[in-house]
Amino acid sequence: MSPGHYVALAVILFVIGAVGVLIRRNALVIFMCIELMLNAVNLAFVAFARMHGQLDGQVVAFFVMVVAAAEVVVGLAILMAIFRARRSASVDDASLLKY
Amino acid sequence: MTGNLVVAAANVATEPTLPAVGVQRAAWLLLVFPLAGAAVLLLGGRRTNKWGHIVGVAMPLAAFVYGVIAFAAMLGYPADQRSRELTLYTWIHVARFNVPVGLRIDQLSICFVLLITGVGSLIHIFAVGYMSHDPERRRFFGYMNLFVASMLLLVLADNYLALYVGWEGVGLTSYLLIGFWQYKPAAAVAAKKAFVANRVGDLGMSIAIMLMFATFGSVTFSGVFGQVGHASQGVTTALGLLLLLGACGKSAQLPLQSWLLDAMEGPTPVSALIHAATMVTAGVYLIVRSGPIFDLSPNARLLVTIVGAATLLFGAIISCAKDDIKKALAGSTMSQIGYMMLAAGLGPRGYAFAIGLLLAHGFFKAGLFLGAGSIKHEMNDEVDMRRFGGLRTVMPITFATFGIGYLAIIGVPPFSGFFAKDTVIDAAFDTGSTTGWVLGLAALIGAGITAFYMTRVMYMTFAGERRWDEGVHPHEVPPIMTSPMILLAIGSLGFGAFETLGDRLPDFLGPVIGYVPAEPALFTPAGIAALVLIAAGIVLGWAMYGRRPVPVTAPHGGPLTVAARKELYGNAVNESLLMRPGQWLTRLSVYFDNRGVDGLVNTVAATVGGTSGRARRAQTGFVRSYALSMFVGAVLLVGALLLVRI
Repeated sequence: MSPGHYVALAVILFVIGAVGVLIRRNALVIFMCIELMLNAVNLAFVAFARMHGQLDGQVVAFFVMVVAAAEVVVGLAILMAIFRARRSASVDDASLLKY
Repeated sequence: MTGNLVVAAANVATEPTLPAVGVQRAAWLLLVFPLAGAAVLLLGGRRTNKWGHIVGVAMPLAAFVYGVIAFAAMLGYPADQRSRELTLYTWIHVARFNVPVGLRIDQLSICFVLLITGVGSLIHIFAVGYMSHDPERRRFFGYMNLFVASMLLLVLADNYLALYVGWEGVGLTSYLLIGFWQYKPAAAVAAKKAFVANRVGDLGMSIAIMLMFATFGSVTFSGVFGQVGHASQGVTTALGLLLLLGACGKSAQLPLQSWLLDAMEGPTPVSALIHAATMVTAGVYLIVRSGPIFDLSPNARLLVTIVGAATLLFGAIISCAKDDIKKALAGSTMSQIGYMMLAAGLGPRGYAFAIGLLLAHGFFKAGLFLGAGSIKHEMNDEVDMRRFGGLRTVMPITFATFGIGYLAIIGVPPFSGFFAKDTVIDAAFDTGSTTGWVLGLAALIGAGITAFYMTRVMYMTFAGERRWDEGVHPHEVPPIMTSPMILLAIGSLGFGAFETLGDRLPDFLGPVIGYVPAEPALFTPAGIAALVLIAAGIVLGWAMYGRRPVPVTAPHGGPLTVAARKELYGNAVNESLLMRPGQWLTRLSVYFDNRGVDGLVNTVAATVGGTSGRARRAQTGFVRSYALSMFVGAVLLVGALLLVRI
């Protein structure tokens, strides 16, 4: 399999994730879709690193993983707090901060 | 004629002014005495309430005593060495601008010093009694002393800038004293009116001083008069007109006359001192002192005579219809100063007569005003002559002194007005040609009207039945008030003969005004005509107010009476020509500011506010819509990058 296939897979995964973020209401699902987008990007990074024969992309993939882990911690905590307060995980319900 | 004038001007210009010696070296005392009085009274506060009036009287009196000593010293010098200067200090010295402050003690200024301090002291003494019930009497005396100091600086200064300081000082004290009872709205308004009218004149005065400095590089009398001969006709005429504007403001001459009648809202001693005897004569002093300038500008001089002649008739006509005794006297002051201006506008041959009438007027008008003050004091502050009547028997001393003042002002021989005014009328006729006839006739008619309105005042106040309000019980005023009136009556009785017979005053003033007139003949044709007109005025006054009872409410009167009651529409003219356009201008400016300037700013602010209000609606609070916009933005960004790359 050439690296081009991996890039194509990454694009498909990213689009799935992006569409999920835009159309789903459940905060947990949105969260998972974000993870999906991040991992799609990781996959693209690694594939491009392989194509160009450089290590930079692989290094960045590790950074992304660390950032994603941190994001999961903070994001899940916020999610828990909102759920406890409102008994709902719908992002459309939490829309008080507006004009 | 013209050659004569040039010689006269040259005489003044080259007249040596010697430094003051001996007792005159202490001439600054004249300023220090009243200034110290004002400082003690105004800065001392309530602590000085008990004895303040004693200081207030003592200081002008001390200045008068010194003035007499300095006068005696002057009489000891030869006639051509009587003009002395005392340099005090250098006020301003910047590059070419050099203003030394000094005093000029000469024949002209000493006349004024004696008038101001002498008559001023008598009025101060009168005010002790007149103001005895006023809780603010101390402050009153403080202002009065400040006035005396300013007026003395005005007449003693040896340069126009120091004169201007005194000029403004009398304007300020006049404002303070007219509005002394400022809780009365009428008094507060009158004070403001006087101040504003004076400012118009002061503007002319200050521009004249600037022009002097620009042209001659000097503002001292000697510096200006020494070089004025080399100045162009345009400059001398401009200077003359500007100085005339200043004089009109201070002396209540047309067209700046309207403040004087309202100024009667002040306490009566103020009316006597400031608005009859001294301050309002400052304009005459200015014109006589600036003689060398006016000598070179026949046009400016002609305008001075026209202003004088017009004002003397204007004031006299107003006086005929005023029922307020103080306003009737104020109109008469305006008229008498018109005579002085007329004489001053005749040039060197009129200066001595202007000053002669000024000094005589100082006595009799102060006496008349003090009489009016004592009547007002006894009539519970009533000033309407229709509510007086029959006061001859209850206030005999006031009646006698007022009567002498009356005979003096209308010019019955041998009282002072006869000598002082007839010389002016004669001099007006002597001008020759049509101008002389017009001026002389105006002066003659003015004399007749003066006799009429003063007779009216006498009959309405002292004769006839008693038309007093209920509860009014007039008595003769205490000696502290009658004694100044008696002294002023003596002055009114004898001063005119003293100054005119034997040419005492013209001879005395001759060297400083640069002209010694010939012996004026008594009972000239013009003088006899004046006496006939005066007699006619008296008879008319008797026929209208002596023979018939005076109605308590003013009758409707003819159109001239109505016009005179309204001060010949002087206020209406001011209002329609100056006040209304001024108000319209203000309103227009306010409108432009609200709609134009503010409108522009407000429109910009409203646009920004409205736009941001609408833009704010994009903040829905829905996370997914934010995500969509981020996504679209990112796609656009990437698309743009790709496009640029390709």
